[in-house]
Order: sequence, then C-alpha cells, then structure tokens
Amino acid sequence: MTGRLFDKVWDRHVVASPQDQPALLYIDMHLVHEVTSPQAFEGLELSGRKVRRPDLTVATMDHDVPTTGFGTATDDWPIDDPLAAQQVSRLRRNCAEHGITLYPLGSIEQGIVHVIGPQLGLTQPGMTIVCGDSHTSTHGAFGALAFGIGTTEVEHVLATQTLREAKPAAMAVTVDGELPASCTAKDIALGIIRALGVRGGVGSVIEYRGSAIRALSMDGRMTVCNMSIEGGARAGMIAPDDTTFGYLEGRTHSPRGALWERALDDWRSLATAEGATFDHEIHIDASALRPAVTWGTNPAQSVSIDDVIPDPGALAPAARQAAQRALAYMNLEPGTAIRDIVVDTVFIGSCTNGRLEDLRAAAEVVRGRTVHPGVRALVVPGSARVKAQAEAEGLDKHFTDAGFEWRSAGCSMCLGMNGDILLPGQRSASTSNRNFEGRQGPGGRTHLVSPAVAAATAVAGHFTAPEDLR
Amino acid sequence: MAGVQRISGRAVALERNDVDTDQIIPAAWLKRVERTGFATGLFEAWRKDPDFALNRPGAETAKILVAGANFGCGSSREHAVWALQDFGFRAVVASGFADIFRNNSISAGLALAQVTPDAATRLFSALAVDPAAEVTVDVAARVVTIAPAGLSEPFELSDFAQWRLLEGLDDVALTLQYEAEIAGYEAGRGSWLPALAPGAADGT
Ligand code: SF4
Repeated sequence: MTGRLFDKVWDRHVVASPQDQPALLYIDMHLVHEVTSPQAFEGLELSGRKVRRPDLTVATMDHDVPTTGFGTATDDWPIDDPLAAQQVSRLRRNCAEHGITLYPLGSIEQGIVHVIGPQLGLTQPGMTIVCGDSHTSTHGAFGALAFGIGTTEVEHVLATQTLREAKPAAMAVTVDGELPASCTAKDIALGIIRALGVRGGVGSVIEYRGSAIRALSMDGRMTVCNMSIEGGARAGMIAPDDTTFGYLEGRTHSPRGALWERALDDWRSLATAEGATFDHEIHIDASALRPAVTWGTNPAQSVSIDDVIPDPGALAPAARQAAQRALAYMNLEPGTAIRDIVVDTVFIGSCTNGRLEDLRAAAEVVRGRTVHPGVRALVVPGSARVKAQAEAEGLDKHFTDAGFEWRSAGCSMCLGMNGDILLPGQRSASTSNRNFEGRQGPGGRTHLVSPAVAAATAVAGHFTAPEDLR
Repeated sequence: MAGVQRISGRAVALERNDVDTDQIIPAAWLKRVERTGFATGLFEAWRKDPDFALNRPGAETAKILVAGANFGCGSSREHAVWALQDFGFRAVVASGFADIFRNNSISAGLALAQVTPDAATRLFSALAVDPAAEVTVDVAARVVTIAPAGLSEPFELSDFAQWRLLEGLDDVALTLQYEAEIAGYEAGRGSWLPALAPGAADGT
C-alpha cells in the first residue's frame, strides 16, 4: 500500500485534509496558456482576488498561435485570426497585471507548455504541477504529480496555489523487455493504451515501471507519460533516476551547488519501495511491440503496421458498434493492409512528439529522401529552443530538402486551432496524441504514429516503416 | 452560483460511450474569452446529421442528457461544460465520467449522476419508448427517476460534490478558510524548489 512514488509525492503536498472532504493539495508550479485562462483571470478580477504566487506561475502562448513568420520578440505579433489575437493579447495583459512571467511569441523560451516546463528545469521530481490542459501528465516523466485541470480550477490555483483533490487510485503499468529497434516510446504508449482501453485508467494515477521504461531517455519518458490521459488516467509518473538527474543538471531553474545536492538526496528517496502493491496492475512485453498505427477515432484503436484493419464483427459486442462508427468516419474497410492506406498529410510535432529526439528520429529517416508528391508534410518543433537546437544540428535542412515545411513552435495541427488543419476527408499520419473525430479539423481523419513512421510515410505516401525504405 | 436541488424535465438520450470533449465542443470554439455563447458549438459536427439526438423534436427544451460510459473524455476544456449548460442542460446522467470533466462539471454547477451500466440501459429503453418522458435528477436524494416508466435509479455522487452542488459554493472562498494552513505549508517547502522572478515578464 505505502511506499509508492505516488503516495510520497501526494502526502508531502497535503496542506489540510478536512473531514469528509477531498484533501487540499499545494501546487508547486502552475503552467498557464492563452486558451484556458482568460475566464479564470476574469473570475479572479470579478471577485477582487490576486494571484497568490506569481513566482510559481509561468505562462506561454501555444494553442492558437501561428507557426509561420515569427522570429524575434515583439509586443504585437500580428495574428490574422482576430479571436486568437484577442486571446493572446488578453494573456499578455493578464500576465503583466499579475506579475506573471510570460514567454511570448518570439521568445526563445516560447513553445508548447509541456515542452518548455521540463526544458527550463521548472519540472522537477516530487513536485505537483498543474495546467489547464489534459496533457499536463507529460511532466510525470520526472516523478512529479502532474495533471490537467479546468478553467475554474485554474482560477482556484491562481487565487490559492492549492487544489481540492480526492485521492486517485494507484495503478502500475510495467513494461519489460527490450524494445525492437523499429519502435519508439510512442509505440510503447499506443501499446499500453491498446491494452488498457480508453477507460482503463479512469480514477487512477499510473506509475510506469520496468526495464523498457528505465531504458528510455527523458524525451521518450515524456512521450509515455503524455499519453496517460488517453488511457483515461489522471496522471502518469516515472520514478526519477540518473537519467532524470542527468537531464536536469544545469537547466535554468534546476537547483545548483549545495541545493542541487540536497535536492538529489530528496529525489532519490522518491522511488517506489520494493514489494509495494497497487490497486491495479498491467504488464506489457516491449519486445513484442511493432510500430503502431491507429485505425479508429480513439487512441486505443490501433494495430501494428504489419496488420490489417480489424473486422468489427470479430470484436467484443461492446467494442463492435464503436469500431463500426469509427471505420465509417475513417472511410476504411476491414481487411485493408495498413501499409496500403494512402495519406495526404503528415504532421510531426505536438507535446507528444515535438522534442529534439523526435525530430532527430524523423530527420534520420527523411535525410536524402523526398516527400511523396501527394503529401503535404510539416514539422512543428515543440518549442522555439527545440527549433534552434534542431537547426544547430542541421535537421531543418534534411526536412526542407526533402520537401517538409519547417515551422515555428506551437500546438499547430495537433488540435487545429491556429489554421493548420485537415480539410474534410483529408487523412493524416500524425505524431500527436488524439485521433478523435475532427480533432485536426472538421471531417479530417487522423492516424497516430511515431515520428519515424510519420517520416517514412511522408516519403512513401502510404503507411510505411522506416525499415521498408532501406 | 445558485445551488441545485433537483432537475426535472425532458431528456436527450445519447447512447454512446467515450463521448470526447472534442465532440462536445470543437477546438475552434475555444478561442472565446467568455464563459457563454457556446450553445451553437455543442456537438457541432454531429448536429450536421439530421438524425442526431439533439436534432430530434423537443430536444431544444431538454434539461438532462443521458449518455454511456466515460462521458467527457479527452481534453480538460471546461468549455465542454459551459456548452452543455448554454444549450440548456442542467444535469448529465451517464454510466461513467472522465475525471477532469467530472471536476469541471461540479465546479460549474452542472449536476452529474453516475448510474450503473444496467441502469443506463433501462433509462435508454424508457426514453426510446417515450422520448418526452419527464426525467428527474434529484441531487439531494441521489436518485434519477422516470416516473411514468416506473424507474428509480440511485446514482453515485461524492458527498463533497453533492454538498457543493446543493449549496452552489464558491470554492475559492471555501479554500481561503485554510489561509493559515496554506501559509504554514509555504514556510516549509523545499528550498531547492523552482520559482520565477516575480514581475520579470519575459525574463528567465
Ligand atoms: S500539442 Fe496538442 S495535446 Fe499538446 S498541449 Fe498542444 S493541443 Fe494539447
């Protein structure tokens, strides 16, 4: 029962536990973006309250910003969409009025909120981190308890730096074995959700364990934790280890000197004790994974790239109707080989797969090759810094030489708020996290894949594993 | 926010599982900076189908939505709750809710009634027979009834959520009663924990 990473982080943040009420949890870092915050700031102002801890609050603009054009910091970056421009200027005003640090368009620290937190060293083991965004689970890769909240809760955190939370159940997902070379953290994440289902994690915080998780880089661990919410879980966590500490050392907000040593002692004490038990447990054999491709309209509906579109008739009755609906929406026939499915759009980016490691993997595949003439392919780095690092390595050249669009940082086609959208009937291979109906644009059809598969698919024009190109 | 005791009225049956927040309110609507004005966006894509539940006669007066498992999965957008409320819904009955959607609903005063899958099936059957039947979600008694069909199904709602719905509480005011505890906690936080320079907009 006790001695779990989740309990340790939870317990140390309980400010009060009133009888018969959820605990009041202290929040160590609050990430804010333009889309889910305006109504929260408005609520704060209407009630005459202030931001309690502007120093534990950080903001950026990512969801509906353009990903073309901006390069340097400016107060009034022109945004064509008047509603998006209004949200962005509202965020500027709110941050200025409340003394909140903001990384606006043009700043080297601007980017997708879940990419910049870790990159700045603001995401550290043992912390509680919240954001008005469900993929806040990403930060759990560092052994933080991190979860998404709604706008009323954003207002609550702004005003009190705390949240009321009923304690979720603890689930363990153990991934053992050696991951095949053709697979990435994305394939682990999709494999887990396939096993768990989209409701398997509801009411739970997942701890990812096992040799295949330990072997992942921080970028890979973030990909796995990012998709916890797609299995319904509130959060995902990975015990911090030397990989974590190596990533954090020397970052802008990482502790230094004697404080670093004290922090390390603390962080080392967080791992789940041997023999601890969980409310639910599942096991995944990483060595049996193959590159995953989703075929439906929820992230659990995936098969390996070697497979065919499943026959809904062969599925359990409960899943059958959903599968039929999904295939009708996706315009796919059972029995079609995944490799025979033609795409017209490839999107590489998002808080799932928009970090440097992801861009390296994709660039490696496209290097010296050409994007298929029937495909529009874009790469949208997760942050301005990732973009700069990729350019320093020359990755942008591989992409642009092949025919990819090389963009500035933002959420872009992950949710299609900024004009980067699929048109009705278009079909994408996307490295993002949600294949819901219309997620990338009304009527658009999304297949979730890893960056390597997305890159190979851009070259071939249909679903392709990198190894097929050799 | 006004308290909610019981909600009675017509219901819309949405017999689907895993209804995600992207369907409830598509991303294009999230550019609004207000909490209102989302009714047209509610299930925008699905409403293009004339047979969709919300397009059936009488649905425009409905106060209760009945759905399957894992309603509201996906994104954290509270706009999904605001859109349901804007359309006129005061309660959602389902055999399961996604975690963030649940929190958002209670925050915004949308009553949630989690019934068993069997109870949901009975409710769907009753509504298929009589789509205009009056449904009552009694928050105080934690039971949903369709009297003409003789149905009375208990539902799950935590004591705390029930209390907040009944009283229409301002959560922040409630929490600020713990001001001393919060300040005490802050005094003991780890010295290595990150903080930003206050007021240093665009600083590091
Ligand atoms: S990249 Fe996509 S999933 Fe991630 S924060 Fe942006 S919109 Fe949300």
